[in-house]
Amino acid sequence: MPFLRRTVPLAICFVMGIMTAFQYFVPHQLSRDFLELMTRWDKIIAGFAVFIGAYSLFHLHYSRIRFKVAGWGYSIFVFIGAIVTLGFGLYNGGDGFWVDKNEGTMFDWIYIYVQVPAGATIFSILAFFMASAAYRTFRARTVESALLLVAAIIVMLGRVPIGALISEHLPTAADWIMGVPNLAAKRGILLGVSLGAIATSIKIIFGIERQYLGGGD
Amino acid sequence: MAHSAQRTGGEEMNRSTDFWILVGTLIAFTVINTLFFAIGSFKINWDSFGIVIAVGLTLAMYSFLYKDNPAFKIAENLYVGVALGYTVIITWYNALKPDIYDPLFVPIFTKATEPEYLVIVPMILGIFMLMRISARLSWLSRWSFAFVVGLGSGLTIPNYIHTFILKQIEPSMRPLFYGGESIYVSVNGILVLVGVVTVLLYFFFSIEHKGPIGVASKIGIYFLMVSFGASFGYTVMGRMSLLIGRMIFLLRDWLGVLH
Repeated sequence: MPFLRRTVPLAICFVMGIMTAFQYFVPHQLSRDFLELMTRWDKIIAGFAVFIGAYSLFHLHYSRIRFKVAGWGYSIFVFIGAIVTLGFGLYNGGDGFWVDKNEGTMFDWIYIYVQVPAGATIFSILAFFMASAAYRTFRARTVESALLLVAAIIVMLGRVPIGALISEHLPTAADWIMGVPNLAAKRGILLGVSLGAIATSIKIIFGIERQYLGGGD
Repeated sequence: MAHSAQRTGGEEMNRSTDFWILVGTLIAFTVINTLFFAIGSFKINWDSFGIVIAVGLTLAMYSFLYKDNPAFKIAENLYVGVALGYTVIITWYNALKPDIYDPLFVPIFTKATEPEYLVIVPMILGIFMLMRISARLSWLSRWSFAFVVGLGSGLTIPNYIHTFILKQIEPSMRPLFYGGESIYVSVNGILVLVGVVTVLLYFFFSIEHKGPIGVASKIGIYFLMVSFGASFGYTVMGRMSLLIGRMIFLLRDWLGVLH
């Protein structure tokens, strides 16, 4: 059994890693077809993974309701939202889920009038919390924190009409910060992250890094 | 004891106040929308009903700015459920139906074309992934994870070298003068190069940050701080534009104050 539980996954990972890494350097139609096929397979497997997420969320909220955890009543709304959306999605305007998705159905209505406004509102609430957190924590005590504060203020003011009214140079300064020091730092971080990702990928392919297998045998 | 009783009394009064605020808001919301339907601002159709639902959700979400309350929790949990249902349905229509159902099951039942039996392999790996929820068979999901992780790792190596390393180094090492550009462009080019090198030095921990390396890494920190500040400002403005969008929705689409 350890062969099936540990060796086979390591072999699959090794073969897939080597083949896809070398595919990049083979300029042939077969190589491109192989990559296309593997990407499609990956999409299919990721599609199944969505159901694990759905199961996990349903299980969590079902447990909350079953054991009457504090605030369990709110979990019912998770089921209501999910069941109604799934129902309309599968109903597909009366044609069923075995045909292509129809446009302008109640499923789209839910997306337009429930999901989009709720999502946008939740993220817009963050504007208040960020402003509040910034007010409480931004103190120009050191050169570093002063730089952070000044850069943030210039970028914020430079992106709105009032910035240009205060000084015509503010939008230019904001663009310069985004295009020069910000770009340099982001590029440095990106280079470091990329080298780390490549090193980790090599370790995964050769079975040195096995965290993705989880614990146990 | 008296202190505790006093505090409990205060909390009850607060709870009672919050309850009446919630009920009052709900009544006001219902009255306003009924009025809109009655005077003809809203036609009786699904779009108008949708606007009312969206306004209700928006206000319920914003009520969190006052304090955590049942309206917010209901809206939040409803949003989670809808988002889950939406993801599952979109996964079906965009991934599973066109890649498994249409090429494999439809030809088997209709006999119109030859079924693509090759998709059975990822289908089995997908089913193996679902075994994660079984204690006895969860080890099968390792095969699926190995496939996904191996594929991702294999793609990462050449793509990252090409996209994030070579493509990022190339513009950092441009000649200072091509001919024709201003002095500012050259100065900016030097600054970008200095920034990239010093930031990389700051993250290079194999040598002690002392002497010239210490100075360079300090300059790297300055670049990082400016970048973090700029990212913060940029994110705040992004959230602000979302807030403005929601306010325009409330004032224009719902109340009709803006045109």
